Order: sequence, then C-alpha cells, then structure tokens
Amino acid sequence: MEVKITKEKIKEGMIVALPIVIGYFPIAMAFGLLSKNTDISFRDTSLLSMMVYAGASQFMALDLIAAGVSSGSIILATFLLNLRHMMMSASLAVEFQNMNKRLLPIVAFGITDETFSVISFNKEKISLPFVLTINILAYSSWALGTMTGYLVGEILPESLQSSLSIGLYAMFAALLFPEIKKSKKILFLSIISSIIYILLFYSNIFTSGWDIILGIIISSALGVVLFKKEKESEK
Amino acid sequence: MKSHLSLIMGMTLVTYLPRLIPQNILTNREINKDIKQFLSYIPYTSLSILIIRGIITTSDKMMIPTILGIGIAGIISYIKGNLVLSVLSGIFLSFLIINTK
Repeated sequence: MEVKITKEKIKEGMIVALPIVIGYFPIAMAFGLLSKNTDISFRDTSLLSMMVYAGASQFMALDLIAAGVSSGSIILATFLLNLRHMMMSASLAVEFQNMNKRLLPIVAFGITDETFSVISFNKEKISLPFVLTINILAYSSWALGTMTGYLVGEILPESLQSSLSIGLYAMFAALLFPEIKKSKKILFLSIISSIIYILLFYSNIFTSGWDIILGIIISSALGVVLFKKEKESEK
Repeated sequence: MKSHLSLIMGMTLVTYLPRLIPQNILTNREINKDIKQFLSYIPYTSLSILIIRGIITTSDKMMIPTILGIGIAGIISYIKGNLVLSVLSGIFLSFLIINTK
C-alpha cells in the first residue's frame, strides 16, 4: 500500500516537473555555451551548474568574470541576487513541517524560482517523494543541459540561442498567469509588486539583488495590510 | 584556462545557506497568522518581480521579442493551462521576431 502511494506521488511529481525539465534544458545549454565563450573550463562550467545551481546568478557570474571583477565581489553579488530564495524557502518551510527533518537539507538545495513556484501552486500534493522527484528532475535537466551546451551548443544559430534565454521568463509568466485567474487578490499582488519593483529599480538606490528582496518584502507586506483591512470592513 | 574553484565554492555557500536556514528555523513551530499570510504571497510577488526585471533589464534589441515571448506564454497558459506549450510558444515567437528584423 505504502509503495503504491509513493509511486503515485512520484508520478505526480514527474507530471508537474515536465515543463521545468523542458524549460531548463535549453536555458542551461545557453549558459554552457556562453561559459565556454567566456573561456571557462568544462569542469568549472559543470560545477557552477551542479553546485551553485541558480541560473540567474550563474549568467551574472559569467558577465562579471569576463569584466575582470574580483571573486569576493562576485560572491557578494551572488549572495544578494540569491537571497530571494530565503523568502521562498521560508514560504515552503511552513508546508514542509511534516517532512523527515534529516532530508530537509537535500530538499532545500533544490529550491529554485521554478521548483518553488510549481510546488507552491500544488500545495495539496506536497510530500517528500513529490518534492524530491521535482527537484531531482529539474536539477538533472539543468546539469545535463549545461554540459550539452558546452560540448555541442555552437551548432545552434545565434538567434535561437537568444530566444532560448527568453524561455526563462516565458516560464515565469506561464507559471503566474493561470494563478491570476484564481483570485483578484493575486492580480492585485502582481500589479502592485511590479510597480514597486519598477520604482525601486529606477530609483537606483539599491544594488541589484537588494531591489528584488525589498520588492518582494514590501509588496507581500502591503498585501497582508491591505487584505486585512478589506476583511475587517466586510464584517 | 584559469581555475575558478574557490569562486565556485564561495558562490555555492552563499546560495545554499539562504535555501537551507529557513527550513531549520521555521519547521515545527507555531507561526503567526500574518507571517503565514505574508509567506503565502511570496510566490506571486517574486514571480511578478522576476518577470518585470527580465523586461526592464534586457537590451534594447531584445526588448520586443522578450515582451512578446513573455506575453504569448502568459496568454496561452492563462487559456490552456499548459506550461510546456506556453514556454515553447514563447521561445518560438521570440525566435521568429528576432529573425524577421
């Protein structure tokens, strides 16, 4: 019986993970190829994807390495850009309360923007086999895509390489838009967070990374305050 | 080719710790209702911000393909709810636009 349920959960995880697997592979290929063109070894390129495993910061690191920026500064920039995962991990921790504690370090490693989103939007399905399946498949796609891009990416035309990197944002949108249908609250949160981020970005006060974190905190907190008032006035 | 091993180790550490720490702090504790609400809004605010950031930080040349690629992916997933189709359509449309210029 146990085995049957686990099998079912793994299957559910595979279905939910499929879009991430298909989305990650070409984006990782674009990364692998760009890394090769930045004169980084195959070993280091693979390690970036296998150990750091955070797309946006890996692309940023290539830019900074090419510009001759020091390792310390690149690490600091990576920290700031990826600090948003702390908010996501905190958001998921509430849902993971019943999981085996010893496996949480492994589950935590697999938290990315995309795995976080699909797991959050399938809260009723959350279980260890479900989450691990999603994490392992997404991770494999990212790692293998990187190596493939490094080794054979050059055969792709440049315009295809550019459009592949747009895939990342297409995936964000494809995750978010169906949620908007579910409630006006979500539409409101999307609009308000976009406006707040644009203001933060063009104010130029905060470095990249901090503006993302602040944007998430301010708009989510604003949601709590505003929706609370609305509830009270309904009474 | 230069070895970037120490850089990679550093990047790994500063990326992994923020993913790990909340799991140890927040697990198995009573959480304030407002904070729970706050955390439940993060998927929507963070995705919206990443999308907007993608649009406003892209190069001028890529602006239109990016916006339309994101747009078509969003619309198709809104109507059909199919992620794979949406992402591939986004990539395909931006590819077409880049090539017709």
